[in-house]
Amino acid sequence: MKIAMRHREGVTIIEPKGKITIGAGDIALRDTVQEALEAGADKILINMAETTTIDSSGIGELVAAYTTVTNRGGGLKLLHLPPKVHDILQITQLVQVFDVYEDEEEAVESFG
Amino acid sequence: MSESTPRVSLSVESHYESIELVLVVLEDVMERLRVPEEDASALGAGVREAMANAILHGHREDAAKHVQVEFALLDGEIVVEIRDQGEGFDPEQISDPIAPENLLQLRGRGILLMKHFVDRVEFGSDASGTVVTLRKAVGVLTVGKRRNRRRRL
Repeated sequence: MKIAMRHREGVTIIEPKGKITIGAGDIALRDTVQEALEAGADKILINMAETTTIDSSGIGELVAAYTTVTNRGGGLKLLHLPPKVHDILQITQLVQVFDVYEDEEEAVESFG
Repeated sequence: MSESTPRVSLSVESHYESIELVLVVLEDVMERLRVPEEDASALGAGVREAMANAILHGHREDAAKHVQVEFALLDGEIVVEIRDQGEGFDPEQISDPIAPENLLQLRGRGILLMKHFVDRVEFGSDASGTVVTLRKAVGVLTVGKRRNRRRRL
């Protein structure tokens, strides 16, 4: 799994590509979010468009990232959920927790 | 599964990479049985969760222990057994991950997802470990390769 990171109008956009699953992508996602936080990021948008698979461990990492960023007074939102990832967020009721966007510009502007 | 049932049996080390290995074999068998891709994908997702539980909770990531996986086609159902060498657990003691107070827990969603992806999930524990049985009814066609092969697991 590869993760790219870029910035747009003060928002850090993290783009995982591949699987976010136990023992592999989950740790990479954790490390990338930590790296962003250490660099001072407080507005994080995770673009899931190229996430091919996510498991319960990957979902746990998204929750951990959300909690960490929120506790620091920041925000973490999701962009472009593939149908399978969206289904898993629905099953786990996490659609109630995450703000999800289909348009990057709208997502970036939502941070204010 | 009875001893006379044709089955695929695998024994893999407790590494997370082993999950991918098992899923590759499962995918190939599903293709040969011409199991619809949607069913095979869902079954693979359930197996992924069960194996992760075996390695993480059953074996506490002890690579010296092995996970035994068997799958077979029985009366239109794919039956997968995942057996670990752990201390066993009581699934009734697992907190409800969708209860409002648990939504932000980092773990505890694996069984919920297993139950979503397959038709039935059974747990059995004894002194030798835990066995998780996943059952999913599939529209199996005649044996042969599906066309337009695509990876999906």
